[in-house]
Amino acid sequence: MTVDRPWRIGLRTVALGYLALLLIIPIGVVFYRTFEHGLGAVYDAVTTPAAISAFWLTITVTAIAVPLNTIFGILCALALARGRFRGKAILDTIIDIPFAVSPVVVGLALILVYGRGGWLGDLPFQVIFSVPGIVLATIFISVPFVVREVTPVLKEIGDDQEQAASTLGAGDWQTFWRITLPSIRWGVAYGVVLSVARCIGEFGAVSVVSGKVAGETETLTLLVEKRFQNFDIAGAYAASALLAFIALATLLAMTLINPRRDNE
Amino acid sequence: MSTLVLTLRRPAGRPGALGLGISTLWLSVIVLLPLAAVVVRSTDGGLQAFWDAATSRQAIAALRFTIGVSLVATLINVVTGTLIAWVLVRDRFRGKRLVNALIDLPFALPTIVAGLTLLALYGPTSPVGIDVAFTQFAVLLALLFVTLPFVIRSVQPVLMELDREMEEAALSLGASNLTVFGRIILPNLVPAILGGAALAFARAVGEFGSIVLISGNIPFDTQVASMFIFKQIESDNPIGAASISVVLLILSLLILFGIRALGRWGARHDR
Repeated sequence: MTVDRPWRIGLRTVALGYLALLLIIPIGVVFYRTFEHGLGAVYDAVTTPAAISAFWLTITVTAIAVPLNTIFGILCALALARGRFRGKAILDTIIDIPFAVSPVVVGLALILVYGRGGWLGDLPFQVIFSVPGIVLATIFISVPFVVREVTPVLKEIGDDQEQAASTLGAGDWQTFWRITLPSIRWGVAYGVVLSVARCIGEFGAVSVVSGKVAGETETLTLLVEKRFQNFDIAGAYAASALLAFIALATLLAMTLINPRRDNE
Repeated sequence: MSTLVLTLRRPAGRPGALGLGISTLWLSVIVLLPLAAVVVRSTDGGLQAFWDAATSRQAIAALRFTIGVSLVATLINVVTGTLIAWVLVRDRFRGKRLVNALIDLPFALPTIVAGLTLLALYGPTSPVGIDVAFTQFAVLLALLFVTLPFVIRSVQPVLMELDREMEEAALSLGASNLTVFGRIILPNLVPAILGGAALAFARAVGEFGSIVLISGNIPFDTQVASMFIFKQIESDNPIGAASISVVLLILSLLILFGIRALGRWGARHDR
């Protein structure tokens, strides 16, 4: 340690105090408030028909958005890391747009395309205030994660092995499945975990396009908001606790994947 | 050897071109088409209507507050983020790994839950009697929560890589801790701090979920731009909402380009 002991202790106290006030104590209070009336009340609140339907809608939307963005993410990362083409810097910038754009603007954008009077407002099926709109919003906001995790890994490992494989007669698919994919799998896994957490937790964009019909277009995060607005505070806390557990599981997965990813 | 590799290198093969094609198509349909709709349709009612909507008193107030509170949150993050990163890299204490893992919680926790969480401690039912709900400070608190990881996660790896010998040499030559930090550590961290700060600012400007419950959405006071847009959509004025969205979109893109320029600058100055 290059810093004197009193300095070190002082800085540590300030840092941990800040984290405690902003992060740890508030989360603790929510969990306390959730479970102060016992597990039974929580169980009842998260097993109402509306809650179960919200849970499954959230899972369904995530199960559509994440695989699609994973395939896109790997393809795009390959193009960015291996390809040489015009407009690469532009492609690279566009990928980050969903990180920077407000989720409300994302929702509005979808309304302007698929809503009443929109560019594609006459599709044979309803998009806005319906599940397809929620899926599109969720895909939009989770576009960058896999690309951003996989691209640096691909650059790091280089393409020596891939070239060796193709020199030895492996086809492109064979090279991808046998050489490329195994060496980027933990990067992909990390990106998938981040995407899942983001998809499950998305609120703003989904809130604009969902229409919030209980039992039909209400996701878990929308349920939290509605319960809170309807003064069902205990119910809001219970649904929040469920989401917080998912977030903690995400953190655990990230912590487990991280060292493997670094060793790749 | 290098010539051998060069001769073996294939031109961009079929899967590469196919992958690029699919990626471009996906981004166009999912990301670019909707954003283009915002920009183009913001002038559906004519340029005058666009201008009136984007410069209405309430829109300006919301934008001004959004940018102001985001700047304050970013500045606080620069200080606390650097401090926390330093403590996590250079200090040793029990439970450090747990604290390190918890830093990412704001990324993993849904924003609406983040808002509810802050409200539980700092709202009307606060167990410690601090009620800041529906104030500008509450908005700042929400932004600090959701932007917490950016500066920390940006600074941490740079700090880990930093050569300790220079610091030790300076200390042995009689430099104080503050001098070492200001003259040796900080200059090396500047690109990382700025990069993290820009990301935090971009996130803060567009933030919505964590603010919904805690801000009260009071026009000319706690109303942020994204809440203003949301209200415009709710009152069935999507074109008006698009006008102020364009302003927000331009701001986001400027930050994005700023981050890229910063990254190139940092890479050039670092090594």
